[in-house]
Amino acid sequence: MNFDFSDDQKMLKEQVRKFLADKCPMKVVRRVLDGDETHAAEVWAGMAELGLMGTAIPEAYGGTGLGPLELCVIAEELGRACAPVPFSSSVYLVTEAIKRWGSEAQKKAWLPRLADGSAIGTLATSEGPQAPTPKSVRVSFADGKLNGIKVPVADGEAATVAVVLVNSGGTGARSLSLALVDLTNGGVARTRVATVDPARKHAQITFSDAKAELLGGKGKGVQLLNELYDGAAVLFAFEQIGGAEAAMWMGRDYALQRQAFGRVIGSYQAIKHKLADVYVKTELARSNAYYGAMMYAEGGADLPIAAAAARVAATDAYDFAAQENIQTHGGIGFTWEADTQFHYRRSRLLALAIGGPTAWKEKLVTRLERKNAA
Amino acid sequence: MDFNDTPEEAAFRQQVRTWLDANATRKSDDKTSIRARVDDPELLKKAKVWQDKKAQAGYARITWPKEYGGLGGTPIQQVIYSQEEANYLVPLGFFDIGLGMCIPTLMAYCGPEVLGRYVKPALHGEEVWCQLFSEPAAGSDVAGIRTRAERDGDGWVINGQKVWTSGAHYSDYGIIITRTDPGVPKHQGLTMFYIDMKSPGVEARPIKQISGAANFNEVFFTNVRVPDSQRVGEVGQGWKVALTTLMNERLAVGTPAGGVDVDELLELARDTELEDGPAIRNASVRGKIAEWYVQSQGLKYTKFRTLTSLSKGQQPGPESSIAKIVAAPKMQDLGAFAMELMGQAGIMTRDVPGAGAFQQQWMFGAGFRIAGGTDEILRNIVAERVLGLPQDIRVDKDVAFNELGKK
Ligand SMILES: Cc1cc2nc3c(=O)[nH]c(=O)nc-3n(C[C@H](O)[C@H](O)[C@H](O)COP(=O)(O)OP(=O)(O)OC[C@H]3O[C@@H](n4cnc5c(N)ncnc54)[C@H](O)[C@@H]3O)c2cc1C
Repeated sequence: MNFDFSDDQKMLKEQVRKFLADKCPMKVVRRVLDGDETHAAEVWAGMAELGLMGTAIPEAYGGTGLGPLELCVIAEELGRACAPVPFSSSVYLVTEAIKRWGSEAQKKAWLPRLADGSAIGTLATSEGPQAPTPKSVRVSFADGKLNGIKVPVADGEAATVAVVLVNSGGTGARSLSLALVDLTNGGVARTRVATVDPARKHAQITFSDAKAELLGGKGKGVQLLNELYDGAAVLFAFEQIGGAEAAMWMGRDYALQRQAFGRVIGSYQAIKHKLADVYVKTELARSNAYYGAMMYAEGGADLPIAAAAARVAATDAYDFAAQENIQTHGGIGFTWEADTQFHYRRSRLLALAIGGPTAWKEKLVTRLERKNAA
Repeated sequence: MDFNDTPEEAAFRQQVRTWLDANATRKSDDKTSIRARVDDPELLKKAKVWQDKKAQAGYARITWPKEYGGLGGTPIQQVIYSQEEANYLVPLGFFDIGLGMCIPTLMAYCGPEVLGRYVKPALHGEEVWCQLFSEPAAGSDVAGIRTRAERDGDGWVINGQKVWTSGAHYSDYGIIITRTDPGVPKHQGLTMFYIDMKSPGVEARPIKQISGAANFNEVFFTNVRVPDSQRVGEVGQGWKVALTTLMNERLAVGTPAGGVDVDELLELARDTELEDGPAIRNASVRGKIAEWYVQSQGLKYTKFRTLTSLSKGQQPGPESSIAKIVAAPKMQDLGAFAMELMGQAGIMTRDVPGAGAFQQQWMFGAGFRIAGGTDEILRNIVAERVLGLPQDIRVDKDVAFNELGKK
């Protein structure tokens, strides 16, 4: 039984944690949240120096040739720091998509630049307040040209390359495909959209005859996106767990210091038990995420179930931790001045990023049914 | 990351399997047999026979040293054995309190004569032990017990009452916490003994539980004489001794095996028609299944994390403290929900899907949330030991026990 990360992976985690504690304290999150910048460029540059973006990219394409387990430990630390950087968009999603389904030319064009952070990727699926389905996706791909509007697109302003869910003609699930777009070419207009978490800026992108190429074959959009999301769900889970733990300790520290009715609030059971419940949920999530990580790393047949379980548990843990952290803080927790807001905002952002918990529960049960029937 | 055994672990697993194959029957998939097995009046007798077999092979307590009849093995070997044994139809559960809590407490505090006399018969299932801690006025706050032990010549005389004592009616011995000095604050005036349950003046009366079964008892002590040689630990140090027992209890209490879980619920949902079609097609049913699945898996893999630490010879982290907090309410909720799926017939306990297993789970869940530390006490423990939050305020801390409640 070796259900743990290796010593090297733990060392990497420690290294990333120290780097972020040093270069990305909460005041940097606040700066991005309050300001105009699309992300914390100096943090991103430092991460590039550490080679973090190229973690799972083969050496032949400029990466360090490690794998999903290393990404998991990085993700957890980014979550702990609420890091205002486009790592999930660029690494969990776009890098993975190009790695898996890109042509040799596409890989050569993008992977080295994604690895060194000079290119930033984003995945654009949403077209407003509904699930992107064959019925609702309007952004069209024809004759190498993309037209239509995606909103919101995570890190859409900072991104140089996008993987876009498009309608490529035909009917039903087969009408959707993934397309790869160089966002620095013409025909791409971006405007910032207001969101609950301005520490990760989101954009509306309007494509007007933007040049694009299909990624991974015509009509496979639904299937590929599902596959992509399974791996990403594990990484998002680790990011959520890092955030949940940070929120838990923030609440605990405050509970040890704030007094009410003549004693610290951490001595009241309503607070103690609440924080104990946060701990329980976080540990349940961590254990599920470990299994997800193991399945992701070994390409196990159980990945779809493991990933969904990790996603459901981690979303629950982070949502709960972030909201109860504010509750533990009382009035100050509801102010712009307090750091509690960062986790509250980020927890919702991450919860909805690749499909919300209700959708993932549905996926989980569908997959369990399939497995039990087999 | 992998679940693989090391070569030594694999060899041990193989050895265990070979032995189990030769000595026990593999579990059938037949769910109804669980019920028949639990209701078997010969269960204790059968359990004793099985325990003796195990002890002879050295598997009864794998981590105990050989001199006590163990295997001198590692915790991970104990786990491997338990994992394998779980695949066979064997009667378990009668010796957990004795071997998991009472005997380890004796081992920590008693000399070679005592251990030479009691360890082996307990290990072989010849003598069953019980834990006489809770009283009518003291459960969570077990340091508040009132059963008195008073000096009488070179021995002691015990008077008082215990309650909720699992298995007292078939136990041969028990460890009992008593108050020897009511004139000092409650934690300081306690002393632990072990006691022969057949001593004159001991009377165990089974209490019928909510489930209809009677596994626990109230036990009365009337002028029960106990020689000083049966004292466990120093006079006045009973609380320290009790903590040893309770620590072992927390390690021993896990999810009771053999219950129904998400797989069974999924099967039930597939086979059950609601007003608008099969239950499994109902979105809120699916949501619940997903949530409980995630809890079950979370507990399973939390255990694997603990095992990994053990396997590396490290101290397990605090994560194992979440097990009962999650498992007990889930048992109750999942049972209740399955009953709901059955419609009004969900109240029936025999001719329903699962032959009453869900109904039983719902019943036992209520007790499991209390036994071995309530939900609330366990949350306090997590908050205090894991998160470092302060202990509850204790108004009785510095007050002599016999002055409590007088103001
Ligand atoms: C099936 C079963 C088997 C058992 N077997 C044994 C046995 O073999 N030997 C033995 O000695 N005992 C046994 N017990 C007893 C068990 O340990 C106690 O019932 C348990 O510790 C709770 O104590 P109590 O019943 O006195 O409840 P109380 O302590 O009176 O608790 C009542 C309620 O108050 C809450 N409460 C109490 N203190 C606090 C606090 N500080 N903060 C917040 N809430 C609090 C509890 O959580 C509970 O909800 C068994 C119990 C059951 C149900």
